[in-house]
Amino acid sequence: MDFEQWKGFKKGDWISEINVRDFIQHNYTPYDGDESFLASATDKTKKLWNEVLDLYKKEHDAKGGVLDIDTKTISTITAHNAGYIDKDLEDIVGLQTDSPLKRAIMPFGGIRIVEKACQAYDRKVDDEVENIFHNYRKTHNDGVFSVYTPDIRRARSSHLITGLPDGYGRGRIIGDYRRVALYGIDALISEKQAELDVLNTDELTEEVIRSREETSDQISALNELKEMALKYGFDISKPANNAKEAVQWLYFGYLGAIKSQDGAAMSLGRTSTFLDIYFERDLQNGVLTEEEAQEIMDHFVMKLRLVRFLRTPEYNELFSGDPVWVTESIGGMGIDGRTLVTKNSFRLLHTLENLGPAPEPNMTVLWSTRLPENFKRYTTNLSIKTSSIQYENDDLMRITLGDDYGIACCVSPMKIGKQMQFFGARANLAKTLLYAINGGRDEISGKQVTPKYAPITSEYLDYDEVMEKFNQMMDYVAKIYIKALNAIHYMHDKYCYEAIEMALHDREILRTMACGIAGLSVVADSLSAIKYAKVKVVRDETGLAIDYKIEGDFPKFGNDDERVDKIAVDITKNFMNKLRKHQTYRNSKHTLSILTITSNVVYGKATGNTPDGRRAGEPFGPGANPLHGRDTNGALAVMNSIAKLPFDSAEDGISYTFSITPGTLGKTESERVDNLVNMLDGYFAQTGHHINVNVFDRSLLEDAMEHPENYPQLTIRVSGYAVHFTKLTREQQLDVIHRTIHERI
Amino acid sequence: MENKIDITQNVEKKDLKYYAKVHSIESFGTVDGPGIRFVLFLQGCHLECKYCHNRDTWDINSGHYKSLDDIFNKIMNYKNYIYPRGGVTISGGEPLLQHQFIYELFTKLKKENIHTCIDTSGMVTLTDDIKKLIDITDLFLLDIKHIDDKKCKELVGKSNKLELEFAKYLSDNNKPMWIRQVIVPCFTDEKQDLLKLKNFINSLKTVERVELLPYHSVGEFKWKKLGLNYPLEGVRQADDNDIKRAKEILGIE
Repeated sequence: MDFEQWKGFKKGDWISEINVRDFIQHNYTPYDGDESFLASATDKTKKLWNEVLDLYKKEHDAKGGVLDIDTKTISTITAHNAGYIDKDLEDIVGLQTDSPLKRAIMPFGGIRIVEKACQAYDRKVDDEVENIFHNYRKTHNDGVFSVYTPDIRRARSSHLITGLPDGYGRGRIIGDYRRVALYGIDALISEKQAELDVLNTDELTEEVIRSREETSDQISALNELKEMALKYGFDISKPANNAKEAVQWLYFGYLGAIKSQDGAAMSLGRTSTFLDIYFERDLQNGVLTEEEAQEIMDHFVMKLRLVRFLRTPEYNELFSGDPVWVTESIGGMGIDGRTLVTKNSFRLLHTLENLGPAPEPNMTVLWSTRLPENFKRYTTNLSIKTSSIQYENDDLMRITLGDDYGIACCVSPMKIGKQMQFFGARANLAKTLLYAINGGRDEISGKQVTPKYAPITSEYLDYDEVMEKFNQMMDYVAKIYIKALNAIHYMHDKYCYEAIEMALHDREILRTMACGIAGLSVVADSLSAIKYAKVKVVRDETGLAIDYKIEGDFPKFGNDDERVDKIAVDITKNFMNKLRKHQTYRNSKHTLSILTITSNVVYGKATGNTPDGRRAGEPFGPGANPLHGRDTNGALAVMNSIAKLPFDSAEDGISYTFSITPGTLGKTESERVDNLVNMLDGYFAQTGHHINVNVFDRSLLEDAMEHPENYPQLTIRVSGYAVHFTKLTREQQLDVIHRTIHERI
Repeated sequence: MENKIDITQNVEKKDLKYYAKVHSIESFGTVDGPGIRFVLFLQGCHLECKYCHNRDTWDINSGHYKSLDDIFNKIMNYKNYIYPRGGVTISGGEPLLQHQFIYELFTKLKKENIHTCIDTSGMVTLTDDIKKLIDITDLFLLDIKHIDDKKCKELVGKSNKLELEFAKYLSDNNKPMWIRQVIVPCFTDEKQDLLKLKNFINSLKTVERVELLPYHSVGEFKWKKLGLNYPLEGVRQADDNDIKRAKEILGIE
């Protein structure tokens, strides 16, 4: 390949094959300077952003926070006409529908969910669309429920396995959107055609047939993407010619994905350093100023802040605040020791200052203890000001994932363009423990959910007996869980395939079966109570254990106490190994996350009293967090406990949400920055995987609850994403406020 | 009450070099010395400060014995956070009541190049053992109880003679210190007292920082929990203006 658009770039393998990483490595300029070069928002940016803020306000005032829905058009890459906020002001163009914040319908995942969502906002799906999807076209949701077995249904409706993507898009696939900018669509199509040739094998096995069909779909999607861009007046068949085009091309790739899929998490990847190469070239050639460069990034980010999907109120209870997880991974170190921080890493973060704090894009800094000091200080200072950034351990992930991976959703790392995951939500391990004690009867309904196991009948719980039964119950849950996920992902591939995202992947990719657990700290504390204190069982007249009385004290997770931390580590390893025993769809690799997002509230609601003293209905700790108020040795003790959880057994990520008051972090601004930098260096050196950093006073949140109108942009980090605080449900707001906010008196 | 405390009374015999009576730990201290501090709060105090916000640290018979090795190992779990820029701070109670233990602990910490700090009233006799400990301590947070001896006795039950001598010793021996003064409205912030304090601080050569800590009553519940009357009942908390005024008088930013 050779394109005039590549003038000035250093050549490498990337010109003879699709290889974005190689392009980056040959051409990027590491930056270890400070933020003084950054430009403020231009007048154009300010004007456009004010229009967006007006739209936000209208959206907020509309019923359920949904401004408008196009109930007629089945969303595809090309279905909608071009849409604009204010055409003359926009550097970067492209909307999901023909108008900003108007939501599209995507019924391929499931028609019922679309109908339900429309209903919730006083709309009705177009008759013709309903006719098609009820009578002619099967959906992912139909497919899954046509094969679900009775045991899966029981586990699902009793909240043993929760949040499964069987009625909505699975998401968590990152297309390598950079390829659109670097190669242009035509070259990508040629590559896919060559792959079809590789797939012209002597025997057309089921696997080969499927791959051929998928590749054909990918080629069609690429052609549609060209068509979509043409509606906006751009020909993206060839590579991008300059920085502005590179951002525009890349965004078009992403736009194609969010027009055709409404997956839970639609992440962006790792784009800012790639784009920096184009910015640097234009700056060197004198055709772009720093103000213009920042303006392009500001406008790009504005687009990312406008991404919306149509969700039902039930979905919002699980994942509140309209999250889309436009996760962008920033920084990190290269395997050759150079930092991957560039000026454009700063520009992207700087949008939090130019446009104010916001949950999207989900800014994720890949932290290494070797990151340039200036960058460390800039990003932590922004964290303190905006609570909008999460941090993940690059030194840990680089070992297995190299230096061109990105985070999907909250904490799921994957090599860009070379790896995807089958998102698997999570199993409720706290409930699993209660089922072990009750022989598979639900502690709330009393129903027999699993096959009848012998319940524990003793007055006091015996640790060894509980562990034996807990192991059996985990075996059962692992089996049902993988069965369900296999069914879900088979059907998603069949009825709701992500053609454009997968077109921006290599042919041969690594697929992971991304399982998850909720309630880890509840289980660890419960087992610790059984082991180190005495736990007496309270049963109802049917013999069902419904409550527990604890006599004595016991070590609690989150205090860097080996006695209980080891229990948490062992459970994680153990459950992971149980999952590994089961065969997965497409031979995907088993992985596990310890992440709940905001669903720790809902899962807690569905779980009875637990042997650690937690009351029925009370929220779990989010992700890997200790239960609220159980940590008494300070923040670092919590971090040390969580850092012990083995990444090897939880490669899909271990989430920790940390909140602290400004005064507790340090006396002066400069001390706060120093302390946060040292804290992150320490946590990641301890092999912690992920941390959300929130810096605020409790009183601020309390005031925001009472006067939401005064806090339209107040952003906080919850497990794995950021959210506008005022968009959380009241229960979730209270959960955040009651959660441990490290505070010194 | 006689101020001498025998920490071996009523407890099993422990070698005071290798065991400490611990109140609690704070793994993420950010206000008791430079950088991130592992703060060890030792149990037991021989003063009776009326404004004490940790009343539960006074009684030497409460708290738990922890061994030197346990504490040292625990601290080492945090080396990634507290080294090289933070360190360990021993607070209390009055930590110097357990100086033998601190000496052993600091000896081990110095081998790891960890910064050591003691938060103290300095109201102890300068024995050879204390001098040895001062020698291996990097920084002192010295809480001047009251510059006026009479008022000091009233407020904390002891003369300030020892602590002023302690401060002078630190200065004469080139030992860095941060001076702390709790601002209790109408008790510690009268103008002539603050000017006297200023003079005293100016006479010291090694003061790196002067910190004014606003008195607050959040520790009141701890007194009540122990069934005690709160001596400063009704005294108002110090606010930003009190601190600003005191700073102006002391001539610090």
